[in-house]
Amino acid sequence: MGVDNPLGDNIITTSLDKIVNWSRKSSIWPMTFGLACCAIEMMSTGASHNDLDRFGIIFRASPRQSDCIIIAGTVTKKMLPVIKVVYEQMPEPKWVVAMGACACSGGVFDTYSVVQGIDEALPVDVYIPGCPPRPEALLFGLLKLQDKIWNDKNSFGSSIGLGNRIESVAA
Amino acid sequence: MAENNRAVVRLREKFAASIIEVVEFRGEVTVTVKKSDIIPVLSFLKQSLQYNLLTDVTAVDYLGKKEDRFMMVYQLYSIPVKDRLRIKTAVSEADCRIPSATQVWQTANWLEREVYDLFGIIFENHPDLRRILMADDWEGHPLRKDYPLQGPGREPYKGRLS
Repeated sequence: MGVDNPLGDNIITTSLDKIVNWSRKSSIWPMTFGLACCAIEMMSTGASHNDLDRFGIIFRASPRQSDCIIIAGTVTKKMLPVIKVVYEQMPEPKWVVAMGACACSGGVFDTYSVVQGIDEALPVDVYIPGCPPRPEALLFGLLKLQDKIWNDKNSFGSSIGLGNRIESVAA
Repeated sequence: MAENNRAVVRLREKFAASIIEVVEFRGEVTVTVKKSDIIPVLSFLKQSLQYNLLTDVTAVDYLGKKEDRFMMVYQLYSIPVKDRLRIKTAVSEADCRIPSATQVWQTANWLEREVYDLFGIIFENHPDLRRILMADDWEGHPLRKDYPLQGPGREPYKGRLS
């Protein structure tokens, strides 16, 4: 094709960002964590019909093995410390998906006992509206998260002390 | 008829002075008694009239509607006789305390903790009176009618502006 291939046919060159981001976006492991009716839709999304596994999204039973937490449901003020602990136990890099009206804004529960949006406590990457969102909507949100991870710059370099990580926003 | 109810007949004999009101509505008998006699009445109902199951303890806030702000409600059931009885007693805001029914039914422990948590009524001689639903550091008692719906720190919702 006019380009020399000095390393041979079975070696390809790429940038560090590309390979790191590719591996991260292709293996989002969310925390097995549901709060309300959104969790039912989340389980449905993980089941055979929509099959999250084909995107490398595999629910893990421990925060120490997860890099994503899907806030699937109403966050009460009593539950918030628990969610914070779970989030803090997750290793970097980690992403937060606010699933449904309650996680995004408190939803219909405009009351003393409910947190008015999980973004009051955690840095949210993707907001998914709906009450609850259909599995397609969750799937779309997770694909948006993949886009966001794909456009990250220097996330690996920054973790070994070289420069800063430049986070992208979901397109 | 409420007056023919087995419990009402016996209570009228034994606690004539402490009964304030007896009401029957759709087959449910409610006896309102004086707060000072609540424990003798409840233990008499358990010991002599076989009301051995305390189904629920709750309260009502009559803020601005009645002289005594709170009304304690005890829902009783007799497993051997298979009948129900409701006992009520008024608790004022100024003296917001009532003897604990834990000495009669152990079940009252958590039920009274719930009433304490949500209404702020103090139960005297309760073995473990602390919050049960709200967080330990919570301020206020949410089921009181003067508790702001959206919590103390927030401006109340005034409807859609657009």
